[in-house]
Amino acid sequence: MNLFKKKNYIPIGSSSQYKRPMHPEAQPDADSPMIPDGLWVKCRHCSGTIYKKEMDAYQLCPKCGGHFRIGAKERISITCDEGSFEELDAKMKAKNPMGYPDYEGVLNKAREKSGILDGVITGLCSIGGYRCVIAVMDSNFMMGSMGSVVGEKITRAIEKSTELGLPVIIFTTSGGARMQEGIISLMQMAKTAAAVRKHSDAGLLYVTVITDPTTGGVSASFASLGDIIIAEPKAIIGFAGRRVIEGTINEKLPEDFQSAEFQLEHGFIDKIVDRREMKKTLAAILRLHRTKEADKK
Amino acid sequence: MSKASEILFNSRKVSRPSSLDCIGKIFEDFIELHGDRCFADDCAIVGGIASLEGMPVTVIGIQKGHTVAENVARRFGSPNPDGYRKVIRLMKQAEKFHRPVVEFINTSGAYPGKGAEERGQGEAIARCLYESAGIKTPIISIFIGEGGSGGAIAMAAGDRVWMLENGMYAVLSPEGFASILWRDPSRSGEAAELMKITAEDLLANGVIDKIIPEAREGIENNVEYTTDIIRKNLISELVILCAKPVDELLKERYQRFRKYGEFEE
Repeated sequence: MNLFKKKNYIPIGSSSQYKRPMHPEAQPDADSPMIPDGLWVKCRHCSGTIYKKEMDAYQLCPKCGGHFRIGAKERISITCDEGSFEELDAKMKAKNPMGYPDYEGVLNKAREKSGILDGVITGLCSIGGYRCVIAVMDSNFMMGSMGSVVGEKITRAIEKSTELGLPVIIFTTSGGARMQEGIISLMQMAKTAAAVRKHSDAGLLYVTVITDPTTGGVSASFASLGDIIIAEPKAIIGFAGRRVIEGTINEKLPEDFQSAEFQLEHGFIDKIVDRREMKKTLAAILRLHRTKEADKK
Repeated sequence: MSKASEILFNSRKVSRPSSLDCIGKIFEDFIELHGDRCFADDCAIVGGIASLEGMPVTVIGIQKGHTVAENVARRFGSPNPDGYRKVIRLMKQAEKFHRPVVEFINTSGAYPGKGAEERGQGEAIARCLYESAGIKTPIISIFIGEGGSGGAIAMAAGDRVWMLENGMYAVLSPEGFASILWRDPSRSGEAAELMKITAEDLLANGVIDKIIPEAREGIENNVEYTTDIIRKNLISELVILCAKPVDELLKERYQRFRKYGEFEE
């Protein structure tokens, strides 16, 4: 059955791909060409091969300007004023409420890969001199899935901003609810949405920045509830997965289906903002919503 | 069959009473109200006003059919965004006229369709959760069959959540779970066991507040047994909830969902 045999390509290592650990007794084959892991990445927008060191802190494709996914720490460093970020709930870690087989192993791998303890980093910061609470999700950690820790940290961040009378900005990226924690993951949707409601009832500003990808339970809770919803170019935003929909309706979906541009056209986001302009845009929005209380903090 | 897989099977039986069957037996003078005032009337969700021992109530339910034709018309009980927007409209109407809301849930999940995405399925569910958190009137949700994921929790974010003995509620379908974990959707029975989807499991971890029993001969053979119990429970619980000051009601509703989460710090 050579018909289905894969061709031999030279693999390009990518930090976003899970790497199978090499057997300790296996020797790398000296004859087969190899490119060291992490030096080259492929752009999903133009399919170009990018030398990683050519990319700056914004993680854009130097050929087409396409936005690569960016880790939470890197996002914070390009968004918050230097030295202003104070992390909240830095030590919160997941448990295994459902007794899911080897959940601890999955978590440890994700921690190693992403360098963070779970799918979101939250904290207080200033952007362009304006104080706010910020939460940044990270797709490197189990595709930003929402379990107890993500739900709790997001909820506490929103509650903190309600308490301090501050705006809250949430950068979302998530495949949805985390199935390994079962029904408790689903409950985080109601929990976070209720926290947004309280914050909103207090007359405070909530800005969501939707980044690639934001789907499932996160798109169906806090991600869709911002007073102002910004998206990054070409980000995939939707509730159901493309393949599930194609399987249900039995037809092929257009290329741009569920893209940020598609959502803008259908009226579900306010604005698409290039990553290089994001900080400036957020600062301008914060300035227009400035309150005397927030200025004092 | 294991207990959980048996319940999973029962929860999906076509002969199980639908939301309209329950509404007809529990309430008097049901008047169905249609449409979301935005785009469409979603037949997968029914709603309206009715009387419960003289008390006006708003009732809403996700509607599956008993026949293939009815199921096709009602999308097998998988709502579109228009359905969730109808829920929001009817909840706000209930708030205006100070009548409690009773919701019946029976869905494998929100509909994964092209139009559903174009009209913002995620936003519709999110808005349903957001509005449920602030509606100034009591909300009681009852799982009468399947409770699948985001499409179910959209209507289960109120003051009390009850479940029929053979109901289930899960973050994703046991088939989906089995195909992710073992790459084999046919092992859904095992998955159901692991996922803790039964009323007993959900009562134990505080996701639901009460289990409504079903007749021994099968719910389809004696619907009244169950609907009588629902009716009695609704009457006594709504008296308690309606007597609460609104601030207290909303505070307790917030706490009800605030508590979920297991983590260490």
